[in-house]
Amino acid sequence: MSNLKLRKLKNKIFHGLVLSSTLFALIVLIVLLSDIVMDGYKWLSIDFFKNFTSRFPERAGIKAGLFGSLWIIVITASVSFPVGVGAALYLEEYAPKNWFTNIIQINISNLAGVPSIVFGILGLGVFVNTFGFGRSILSGGLTLALLILPIIIVSAQEALRSVPKDLKHGAYALGCTKWQVITGVVLPYAIPGILTGTIISIARALGETAPLIMVGAVTFAAFTPESIFDSFTTLPMQIYSWTSRPQADFHNLAAAAIIVLLAVLLTANALAVLLRDKYQDRIKG
Amino acid sequence: MNAKMEINNLNFYYGDFKALKDINMKIEENKVTALIGPSGCGKSTFLRTLNRMNDLIEGTRHEGEILYEGQDIYSPKVDVVELRKKIGMVFQKPNPFPKSIYENVAFGPKRHGIKNKAKLDEIVEKSLKGAALWDEVKDRLNTSAWALSGGQQQRLCIARALAMEPDVLLMDEPTSALDPVATLKIEELIDELKNNYTIIIVTHSMQQAGRISDNTAFFLMGELIEFGETKKIFSNPSDKRTEDYITGRFG
Repeated sequence: MSNLKLRKLKNKIFHGLVLSSTLFALIVLIVLLSDIVMDGYKWLSIDFFKNFTSRFPERAGIKAGLFGSLWIIVITASVSFPVGVGAALYLEEYAPKNWFTNIIQINISNLAGVPSIVFGILGLGVFVNTFGFGRSILSGGLTLALLILPIIIVSAQEALRSVPKDLKHGAYALGCTKWQVITGVVLPYAIPGILTGTIISIARALGETAPLIMVGAVTFAAFTPESIFDSFTTLPMQIYSWTSRPQADFHNLAAAAIIVLLAVLLTANALAVLLRDKYQDRIKG
Repeated sequence: MNAKMEINNLNFYYGDFKALKDINMKIEENKVTALIGPSGCGKSTFLRTLNRMNDLIEGTRHEGEILYEGQDIYSPKVDVVELRKKIGMVFQKPNPFPKSIYENVAFGPKRHGIKNKAKLDEIVEKSLKGAALWDEVKDRLNTSAWALSGGQQQRLCIARALAMEPDVLLMDEPTSALDPVATLKIEELIDELKNNYTIIIVTHSMQQAGRISDNTAFFLMGELIEFGETKKIFSNPSDKRTEDYITGRFG
């Protein structure tokens, strides 16, 4: 009987432990968010979106950063999505299972854990200098594309692997070629998972600063880019630059910019969920 | 007798494991041939060599020949895509695609180049009628195939195979996941289909083999023990092991 009591007690203790872990994470997040909102909300105005940065806090805005981020993300997404899905398709559907494929696979998984600053150095060496793209949107976008490529590949592979063999064999038995099986059965089934992974990766790229410092994003930009060869700044760069100033007002501006960045990220994540649900409904009907 | 397919000295390997040993068999046209035997005896492996589905498994190989209309199906001259068009397959577990009923049936024909909507409509109707499913689904062709019952799904898979206008239909335990009523429907359908198709069916149920097949092949540990008319196999088997199996002494 006392044994049962002890087991029940252990059960309760463990329940309390995991609950407090969750609460700890949640409370830290709430404190952080409320601090930022308190500091920044007064500075959010229409002008804040319309103005470039300035020496005077009351005239400073995020227009350059917002536009820069959008340009960068378009480049990043349009390179990393097709290349990432293509690589995942090759590895899952075409590649023979041998030591060479294994090495590629292990390398991709490892690349997903490489610090982003290292990708920045790579971008500086390859895109800025060797290819001569300069300190441009193109260099920044391609660098971020490389950064998130491993994550997109790995998550797309997971999605492709979840396609039931039954369905693939059903299509093969109808005399479909491999490409027809991929387009007719595999991709439609895997696309919700692929999109979720991609959008979450892109959201990560949206928040990156370190690699962009390396490829030379500017911190004081009073212009919006007009082509992919223009120089640029991004929201995280703008935040970084404002927080490094001594005046308190600029810190509050940074908080306001963080609110905007968080709103963009949350929108991206919500979009991922919506897309996934939409395609899943279509599949399961 | 008119042989649709002829299997000569077929050996089949998964890596080092020899799954089929020296199989010789003639498949008669417009007849139902049942493959029976205990689990792991090679009957499903044998069925999947007939439309080269085993090509999809890495590390498999075969020896001997499988003639379809006089041509070895493993010859480099044979295109596996064309072969599978002629030799359709229905799987153990109903596996409709996550698409509408209409799209499931039209899936094959569309991918073999038929684009005309009227023609596709015609194929879909004919195939669903052929699989005895038309009356149950004609008012909801655009709803998801996954909403159908298991038995309906399996008949949809048969319709999907029929849409390719195959010559031979391979069935891998098509009723093992179905209830008795759905099973009966499929069996009646098979009886109907044999007028136009040559059917080879793997079954775990001896009663089913007895009810629906004209010829029966008994497999044991990768060997074809006995092959002949179903009536004879069930009433007067010539091999002791066949008799033991069909009378339920093992397996």
